[in-house]
Amino acid sequence: MDKQRRNFLKIAGVTALAGIGAPAFVRLSSASALASEQGAAEGHAAEAVHGAPVEAAPQGVRLGMVIDMRKITEQPELLDKAIAACIDAHNIPQFDNRKSEIKWLWKAPFANVFPVESSYHLAKDVKETDFAVLCNHCDNPPCVRACPTKATFRVKANGIVAMDFHRCIGCRFCMAACPYGARSFNWEDPRPYIKKYNKDFPSRMRGVVEKCNFCGERLALGQEPACVEACQGTGAIVFGDLNDAQSEIRQLLDKEFTIQRNAALGTKPSVFYIV
Amino acid sequence: MIEKTLKGKPAYWIWLAFLGMFIAVGVACYARQYLFGLGMTGMSRDVSWGLYISQFTFLVGVAAGGVMLVLPYYVHDFKVFGKITILGEFLAIAAIVMCLLFIMADLGQPTRALNVVFHPTPSSMLFYDMIVLNGYLFLNILCGWVILTAERKQVHPPKWIYFFVYLSIPFAVSIHTVTAMLYCGLPGRHFWLSAIIAPRFLASAFAAGPALIIIACLILKRVANFDAGKKAMDKLVTIIMYAAILNTFFVLLEVFVGYYSNMPGHKHSIEYLFFGLEHHGHMYNNLVPFMWTSVVLNFGALGLFAWPYARKKNEFLLGLSCVMIFFALWIDKGLGFVFAGFVPNPLDEITEYIPTANELGITLGIWATGFLIVTLLYKIAVGVEHEIEE
Repeated sequence: MDKQRRNFLKIAGVTALAGIGAPAFVRLSSASALASEQGAAEGHAAEAVHGAPVEAAPQGVRLGMVIDMRKITEQPELLDKAIAACIDAHNIPQFDNRKSEIKWLWKAPFANVFPVESSYHLAKDVKETDFAVLCNHCDNPPCVRACPTKATFRVKANGIVAMDFHRCIGCRFCMAACPYGARSFNWEDPRPYIKKYNKDFPSRMRGVVEKCNFCGERLALGQEPACVEACQGTGAIVFGDLNDAQSEIRQLLDKEFTIQRNAALGTKPSVFYIV
Repeated sequence: MIEKTLKGKPAYWIWLAFLGMFIAVGVACYARQYLFGLGMTGMSRDVSWGLYISQFTFLVGVAAGGVMLVLPYYVHDFKVFGKITILGEFLAIAAIVMCLLFIMADLGQPTRALNVVFHPTPSSMLFYDMIVLNGYLFLNILCGWVILTAERKQVHPPKWIYFFVYLSIPFAVSIHTVTAMLYCGLPGRHFWLSAIIAPRFLASAFAAGPALIIIACLILKRVANFDAGKKAMDKLVTIIMYAAILNTFFVLLEVFVGYYSNMPGHKHSIEYLFFGLEHHGHMYNNLVPFMWTSVVLNFGALGLFAWPYARKKNEFLLGLSCVMIFFALWIDKGLGFVFAGFVPNPLDEITEYIPTANELGITLGIWATGFLIVTLLYKIAVGVEHEIEE
């Protein structure tokens, strides 16, 4: 990883971590982030719309992920490694019943991950390889709209859809709202079911919702997300800033045809798949 | 007026004790759930709302149904409802209390419930639901109490109260509209993503609420010597009929859209409800017997309502048809609507929901609490009525 990239991750991560702990901080810094977003969308520098002068726009960051299923088809064990890394990094409990299960990153067949795409006469490789499933970190997330306490929120500085486990009241409105089935609920105390405890990340209590956080806590330390790191050197999972034309992820997106899960819903997912 | 709840025949006390028993069981079950977590219920990652939220949804309708008495009486000066309008308002109070209890029972972290107030979020429909539900509860307590007090003193109610009475009418509509919006604004849940949900909720509410009031009137006539009057009952039946027919019409429209468009997303939940869904060789059809029971009860009740003898001359048949329509709508909205919305899940998998005994205990306990509140409030209302007559 070159220095520039490491620095970017650090910047993105610091804001992400701040977002997890204190949404108020995000709100303070949102003016510039929002403005730059707008600028990026319209292809020119942001202008002050509310009268107050806006600083020369910094690069608006929107973190995203490309999952290259061709690589995972070649080496299916990559996905297992990524899932294991995610479980270890986030103290994700392992229940043996489907009813209580907690999933951040998991795998499922194409037909389940893309139920609105046709699975008729699907290519053999696509049919037989399990796809990675995780939170899409939507740019327009229905879960954030639904949450009555702002316990789940979009970090404006980097686009991560994050959670405040201490604010969540456990109403599960976000679970009904998420069209991707990305959210899990702690139906009981998860702690006895954590196989290997990682003291660098909090475990959760019962009665709150959780999901993939794009490893905001690792980004803050300048590290890549756990799943990306687990696939290092293979290019199976590429992570970076979707708004930065020079980023690895953008260059990949410019080159390859990608699909997104049920984009027709207008949620603007930040996770792309190369099939 | 509260003292009126303290005097009663043995049957009254036996009834209260009977309800108290269920409440005690409910409290014990809730204690277990509170200590263990919602894993005590049959809910899962895929069906993340169950009996609590479905009962809440249905009972919001019962509460809103009270407006079918308030509106004719206060807006159209339909004097016949004078004696029973208070019953509608008091029923609304009990129904809203049940709604709030069901929401509390459903929260994973009930002690944090006030976060909804501390961190108000106008983009969330639950935020508005909190406002309108509590507002409607407050309005009904205020209006019911002030008007009953005035009646007892045999004076006209103070003029200012009419502002709140009229305000309660849009509130009644709003509680069920906002409750519908909890569901119908969610992308990716096809069964709920329909603009007809709010009108359908209102139609079924305006049938279920008044049906319960007729049942209550028939019981009060026998046990408390309270006669609502034939004309009032007959008018209520008319309201129930129109509302139930509209609801049936709306449901059939959903069926048409699903099957004629032949779009899987629009069809699957309806298919799951009425015929069962086959998935990987397994048949998922838990709700099928319930839904067909609902259909039979619905059309059976409409048939009975349409038969003048049953409607006007035979109180048993009138009561029976009201019980039938109430149960039909309870199954339709209080079970099927919420559960089927989660089938299939966003990953096209099917998980069925079966409530646990503990969950049923809490549910029955909350219903018993509602009946207890209705009993006490109706005791007061009827007591005041008798006091005036003396």
